Amino acid sequence: MEKVDIKQIETEVKPPVASKGVVGWARANLFNTWFNSILTLVTLFVLWKTVPPFFRWAIVDSLWFSTGEACRGTEGACWSVIPANIRFILFGFFPYQLQWRPLLAMVILVVLLFYSRDRRHWNNSLVYAWVAGLFAMGLLMKGGILGLVEVESTQWGGLPLTLMLSVFGLAAAYPLGVVLALGRQSKMPAVKALCVVYIEMIRGVPLITLLFMSSIVFPLFLPEGVTVNVILRAQVAIIMFTAAYIAEVVRGGLQGMSTGQYEAAESLGLNYYQTMRLVILPQALKIVIPPTVSQLISALKDTSLVVIIALYDLLKTTQSVLSDPSWMAFSSEAYIFVALIYFFCCYFMSSYSRRLEKELDTGL
Amino acid sequence: MPDNNTTENSLPTGDAIIEIIGMHKWYGEFHVLQDINLTVKKKERIVICGPSGSGKSTLIRCINRLEEHQRGKIIVDGIELTNDVKNVEKIRAEVGMVFQHFNLFPHLTIVENLTLGPIWVRKTPKKEAEETAMYYLEKVHIAEQAQKFPGQLSGGQQQRVAIARSLCMKPNVMLFDEPTSALDPEMIKEVLDVMIDLAQEGMTMLVVTHEMGFAKSVAHRVLFMDYGQIVEQNTPSEFFDNPQHDRTKLFLSQIL
Repeated sequence: MEKVDIKQIETEVKPPVASKGVVGWARANLFNTWFNSILTLVTLFVLWKTVPPFFRWAIVDSLWFSTGEACRGTEGACWSVIPANIRFILFGFFPYQLQWRPLLAMVILVVLLFYSRDRRHWNNSLVYAWVAGLFAMGLLMKGGILGLVEVESTQWGGLPLTLMLSVFGLAAAYPLGVVLALGRQSKMPAVKALCVVYIEMIRGVPLITLLFMSSIVFPLFLPEGVTVNVILRAQVAIIMFTAAYIAEVVRGGLQGMSTGQYEAAESLGLNYYQTMRLVILPQALKIVIPPTVSQLISALKDTSLVVIIALYDLLKTTQSVLSDPSWMAFSSEAYIFVALIYFFCCYFMSSYSRRLEKELDTGL
Repeated sequence: MPDNNTTENSLPTGDAIIEIIGMHKWYGEFHVLQDINLTVKKKERIVICGPSGSGKSTLIRCINRLEEHQRGKIIVDGIELTNDVKNVEKIRAEVGMVFQHFNLFPHLTIVENLTLGPIWVRKTPKKEAEETAMYYLEKVHIAEQAQKFPGQLSGGQQQRVAIARSLCMKPNVMLFDEPTSALDPEMIKEVLDVMIDLAQEGMTMLVVTHEMGFAKSVAHRVLFMDYGQIVEQNTPSEFFDNPQHDRTKLFLSQIL
């Protein structure tokens, strides 16, 4: 008897049908109260007032490959500012004939990054690939051997500089941040104090200040005649700054771990480093992927602050182009282009982090 | 509940494997363990019971130094527990521990949970460790779940995995800290059955539990603790049928 009853219920009771077509959806979501109805109408009006004019400006009336003079006469966007100056925007003062070298270096970097996306590729050969890739990139940028003309690092600029500061900044800041977070939790008072002081000091100072210090104050402490490359100094400042923030994010993850996990690992006889590496960090770092990526994204965008110590990153090369009288009027177009480059880099990171989260999800 | 004929209850007469001598522990001002003296022989099975807050969990957690004692001596397998980290790690590898909340590693598959200790602590080759892991998973009747993650298993299954994880280290002693207290009633039996199997094979066991049926049929000795002291200890039949101390009588009248 009972079994029959259960079967009947199963066949009779189905979940309610949710959708009733477009009209039903609109009524349920856009016009369900008078307040929502007004909001919907206002939104539609604003869209009608903004989207078509923008479309006309950006696409219909726009010029793509013309001179600056030709642009003056048009109502639309002058995208010509980009193709006409693309090589300076991307490569800055890198010698014109040699710009294939930073281009190739960037291609190597992007290929390596894309290849590293897949966790199945994370093995020893990937490490060798990165070492070889870094060496090749350095060689292409700097030159000086193998028949490549040497290019001073003062001539580096544009997108390669931005990518370099970001990628190496983030790659070095992340492990340093993890170490700082572990140090802050350490039972050894000296280690703990050192980490706390470092994190609090760095977080208490704007990145601009750190960059100024790296470029102006730091050289004062060096002996006469000794100089450290200004890009390297900026790179170190970015790493130090980002690491302090990453450390606090990671600390949040560590505090989210239950003591049971530590106890289980320790009761197997694992030592401190094994416990951290095999049990605690894999879980803690996974929990904090979203805030970590926010931190890394903001670090990437913050690399544009290096303009204040006279480095020509992507944003600065674009500004320089706009100081040319024939292109001066078209800053919106140029900035939109640069914004898109930043956007794609950041979007790459955030979409990758979401994918990683999904892959690492083990249901607990 | 287990039958009486599943295990023989004759007291082993071998060497001592755990010796606790005049041990005290405080949490701040609170005197949580007071003058504990306990000798556990090889292959002996001890059940520790008592009201909550009596210090029974703390006692077994002192044996693998998840808690530090402040006075007295604890000697496990001939090694005294001190601040020497190497000694502590050595003892922990010899002493298996099963927790109330299982504490499996959620980011690792079941088989990875089991091979972690052998590979990193015992330096067992991966393949051999995996074979051992499968052997013990068979034993706890859960081999088909080897590639799943802990979050996909029921509580009873997780606890059996946790027992197998400890066994993979080939421990000389197993400590159980209320292994069935966090389980739904229908899952308690499957865990207790695994523990009874283990008892039959001659494992030295210290079990903190409220499962008095288990104590009656498996234990050589039952310890009753209250207020941080071992109030009474006796064979199960004497302990349950003829308790000596008033506090023991009160406790038994409340739970039986």
